Amino acid sequence: FSKHVLTEDIVHREVTPDQKLLSRRLLTKTNRMPRWAERFFPANVAHSVYILEDSIVDPKNRTMTTFTWNINHARLMAVQERCVYRVNPENSNWTEVKREAWVSSSLFGVSRAVQEFGLARFKSNVTKSTKGFEYVLARMQGEAPSKTLVETAKEATEKAKETALAATEKAKDLASKAATKKKQYV
Amino acid sequence: MNSVGEACTELKREYDQCFNRWFAESFLKGERAADPCGQLFRRYQLCVQKAIKEKDIPIEGLEFMGPSKGKAEGSS
Repeated sequence: FSKHVLTEDIVHREVTPDQKLLSRRLLTKTNRMPRWAERFFPANVAHSVYILEDSIVDPKNRTMTTFTWNINHARLMAVQERCVYRVNPENSNWTEVKREAWVSSSLFGVSRAVQEFGLARFKSNVTKSTKGFEYVLARMQGEAPSKTLVETAKEATEKAKETALAATEKAKDLASKAATKKKQYV
Repeated sequence: MNSVGEACTELKREYDQCFNRWFAESFLKGERAADPCGQLFRRYQLCVQKAIKEKDIPIEGLEFMGPSKGKAEGSS
């Protein structure tokens, strides 16, 4: 079934004092991306995926736990899987497995950052245009505008710079927190 | 199954055979006998760890059982 698994190696193994077997396996698998993904992430195409599988076999309690995750391409997509195998409590002839998986991508963080930046820039542009609008209205209605056009423009530009700076910091922060930000749990 | 180091596949097979025998016939039966595969393992590891370094595979410094997922399991 598993032609996509290319290699398998044990890279660590030990028996603990309480007779549990700990192992770490290194697997390499083909990196089969959908066509659209190949276009967006050409750098990832050439490299197969490296995966580690850590396992604990406990013959006394008759359980086995595995934890598997990819150690490259992780910013693009990180998949983690945890399985617990044990004797079925209702039927000791059966083994039951509980399988959990988490899928996450730092790309989610990038889209948040883009949104935040766009929103902040929009807000600062709106401030500029509103101030200009108010100025023109005041002139048209014969009022002396509270400030000259030059002052108003300067104020608006300063405000805009501040907002943009805050947005950039927030965007950077979001982008770097990205990998842990959004996970789907299965 | 092949090894990531092409030259190591044979050493890997020898070790796997020895390990599988010990695992099924001794370890799972609760026998405390240490596994007799130590030398085979060492030879295989020398080969494969070298291949891993050559291919720049980043397996260093990773906590066993990976980043904890905030479960209460711990090391029971």
